[in-house]
Amino acid sequence: MKFLEKIVHKHEPKFAKGGKLEKWNPIFESFTTLAFTPAHTTKRGSHIRDGVDLKRTMMMVILALIPCLLVGIYNTGHFEMVAAAGNRNIPYFADFWAKVGAGAFVVLPLVVVSYGVGLTVEFIFGVIKGHSLHEGFLVSGMLIPLVMPADVPLWMVGVATVFAVVIGKEIFGGTGMNIVNVALTARAFLFFAYPTSMSGDKVWMAGEEKLVDGFTGSTALGDLASFTTDKMTVAGQVVTESGAIDTFQNSYSMMDSFFGAIPGSVGETSVLACLIGAALLIFTGVGSLKIMLSFAVGGLAGGFLMNAIGSNPYMDLPAMHHLVIGGFAFGAVFMATDPVTAAQTATGKILYGFFGGLLAILIRVLNPAYPEGVMLSILFMNIMAPIIDHYVIQANVKRRLKRLKTA
Amino acid sequence: MSKSIKLNKGLDIRLIGEAKAVKSELSLPKMVSVKPSDFHNMTPRMVVKEGETVKAGGILFHDKYTESIKYASPISGTVKAVVRGEKRRILEILIESDGQQSYAEAAPAKPADMTGDQVKETLLAAGLWPFINQRPIDVVADPSKAPKAIFVSAFSSAPLAPDYNFVLQGKGEEFQTGLDALAKMTSGKVHLTINGKGASDEVFKNAKGVQINTITGKHPAGNVGTQIHHIDPINKGEFVWTVNAQDVAIIGRYFLTGKYDVRRTIALSGSEINDPQYFETISGANVADLLAGKIASDNVRVISGNVLTGDKISKDGYLGFYHNEVTVIPEGDQLKFFMTKGWFGPGFDKFSNSKTFPTWILPKSKKFRLDTNTNGEERAFVVTGELDRVFPFDILPMQLVKAAITDDIDGMENLGIYEVAPEDFALCEYVCTSKIDIQDKIRQGLDLIASECM
Repeated sequence: MKFLEKIVHKHEPKFAKGGKLEKWNPIFESFTTLAFTPAHTTKRGSHIRDGVDLKRTMMMVILALIPCLLVGIYNTGHFEMVAAAGNRNIPYFADFWAKVGAGAFVVLPLVVVSYGVGLTVEFIFGVIKGHSLHEGFLVSGMLIPLVMPADVPLWMVGVATVFAVVIGKEIFGGTGMNIVNVALTARAFLFFAYPTSMSGDKVWMAGEEKLVDGFTGSTALGDLASFTTDKMTVAGQVVTESGAIDTFQNSYSMMDSFFGAIPGSVGETSVLACLIGAALLIFTGVGSLKIMLSFAVGGLAGGFLMNAIGSNPYMDLPAMHHLVIGGFAFGAVFMATDPVTAAQTATGKILYGFFGGLLAILIRVLNPAYPEGVMLSILFMNIMAPIIDHYVIQANVKRRLKRLKTA
Repeated sequence: MSKSIKLNKGLDIRLIGEAKAVKSELSLPKMVSVKPSDFHNMTPRMVVKEGETVKAGGILFHDKYTESIKYASPISGTVKAVVRGEKRRILEILIESDGQQSYAEAAPAKPADMTGDQVKETLLAAGLWPFINQRPIDVVADPSKAPKAIFVSAFSSAPLAPDYNFVLQGKGEEFQTGLDALAKMTSGKVHLTINGKGASDEVFKNAKGVQINTITGKHPAGNVGTQIHHIDPINKGEFVWTVNAQDVAIIGRYFLTGKYDVRRTIALSGSEINDPQYFETISGANVADLLAGKIASDNVRVISGNVLTGDKISKDGYLGFYHNEVTVIPEGDQLKFFMTKGWFGPGFDKFSNSKTFPTWILPKSKKFRLDTNTNGEERAFVVTGELDRVFPFDILPMQLVKAAITDDIDGMENLGIYEVAPEDFALCEYVCTSKIDIQDKIRQGLDLIASECM
């Protein structure tokens, strides 16, 4: 790699202070630091430093997201074909490569748009503020397509990404300073700005316009939301109140939901893929086990609470089933654990996760206008996290004051 | 009475180049330097002028604001130069040896027969006072304040640190006399904390008139700050004094002989040193003789002190006042290609507390050759919880650092700034993913507290 190094050294002076391309230094620096860990050395204090940096940390998150991306591509391809044929009973693993191709054709443009638009915005801010690209968006850029419905128009992804990066992050000061999760900001933006094409029960499956009569591309959550209305449907079939849950559990079995063979946003359907990612995040210490576990426990608690009330079929859905449908697992593993927007203290993380999971189920069941409660509950908890931390910190402060009094 | 503490948090950084338990004598250095910068926040007022002759123990300067604190010359000879920097700030005083080492002698004294004030006067007059540090703020102790306790750590757990069992072997009498002197100056206890791992030398085990505590755990178990926190934590308004174990012996030596004799045993260690071992030299000694012929490569960093808290010096620089080791590690000022040695590489050569590098899979006996590269650029805080894992205090490290960065005095007071010193955060600085100079930030916070609240 000596030759690359030579190129870097050759062009460095142009971008240095006083060079004629000084203004573009942030972009130059972004690329060179991607290719080479810079020659920065310690000045005083700790003369040696840990090998880990933000690039390595973010790389781990992206690696952890790859199973979700792959399953998402395949799943999207599968439901493309389901929609095209108007037949839900196509075997999941038939025409494997054709589905991969069809899925990639839908999903990869989302990824390209998200990264392309987001990085452009980041570079603009970098040049204005005079700093190189901070790594946060490398993960956000992958998360955004994964929380999108597969058939969302590409321009909407672009607009949402711009909104998320500018309003969600850059105005607060960039990576590490944001209040709410960037990827969820993008999804929430679409959810509220374009409700007609984002909510309802049809959008969550690719190839909507190709739907044939008697078949709608509904999602598990869309169906469940209908349980609180007069017209209960499961997978396009009208059901009665007494048989609603059984029909639902047949249509979206625990197994299918766990492995991801159900319609939904690109990356969120497979709990298994999320768990593989979670294993990597927990093992490397990049993602917080405390948050993931307490989020799941909070979700179960919410499910049991609803079961105990049980005034409509939605409330009767077994608590375990809640954890495998919709974006619950994806949210718990990749969204709630974002260290910048989550609670930062150890005890705070447990509270934050628990209430996040609990609220997600409550919003889902009690407010069916928003089928996806996970997104809203995590955004809400992002805003609550500093308050949780505040009380945890105060407890620490009180311990110290008490010592002073007893001493 | 005596406490036994077990720590679960911490990190032992395994570096190549530990000093072998062999000691060589060095001839007296030709040049010695006393650096006012070794004493944080101290403004010197010179007593001698360039060209004057001084004896070993002769006073060079005193603290401008606390005139009773005097600083002495480690050797006898001529004041060669008073090196000044910006705004005529005194950077160092160079003394050229006359090769004789004649001492400014006083009569030996028995601390046991003296009052606390007499001991204090003796130490102040002799220029030995700067060996006593105080918490809070981590500066030379204010002699007008009464400490609630005095802490001495019998070991250093820092990477490549000297083994005090070896360093103080056979110096039991000096060490004990030093402890006796310290004990006179506090109404509270003198705490001597020994390592729970491995045997401690008789010097420590047989120490009298002190409370002997044991502490077991990884670094920073040997840091006196960790020990204070677990044995007798500092509250606002309280003062604690700390003295390095080898400095206790130096104080004791003065009472026994009446001589300001600051010879000390230092470890010369680090991956770039051929044949690392111990040497007997003097505080402030020029290291050129020490290093001659022992450095294995060209592009190295010479550190007076340990790799976590020491000062960068040049190859012909001078040993710091408080330092018991010189460490030499490779300089890391090269670009590192991301696929091989950088952020995307396998990273078998990186020692990381995070499991994103395969350090955890390598055997515990594997030692590392780490350089001074920061391994990444500075960022805002992103990762949470990583500082807590190496910070065995009931203090929230990240929140305290943030309070220090934002000059939040109330926040710092509430979060425990009075208990900490920058060195307590050395490991936090090491593991920080965002490469923030945490020790610097804590020092700035302490300076603010010193100017506003003390």
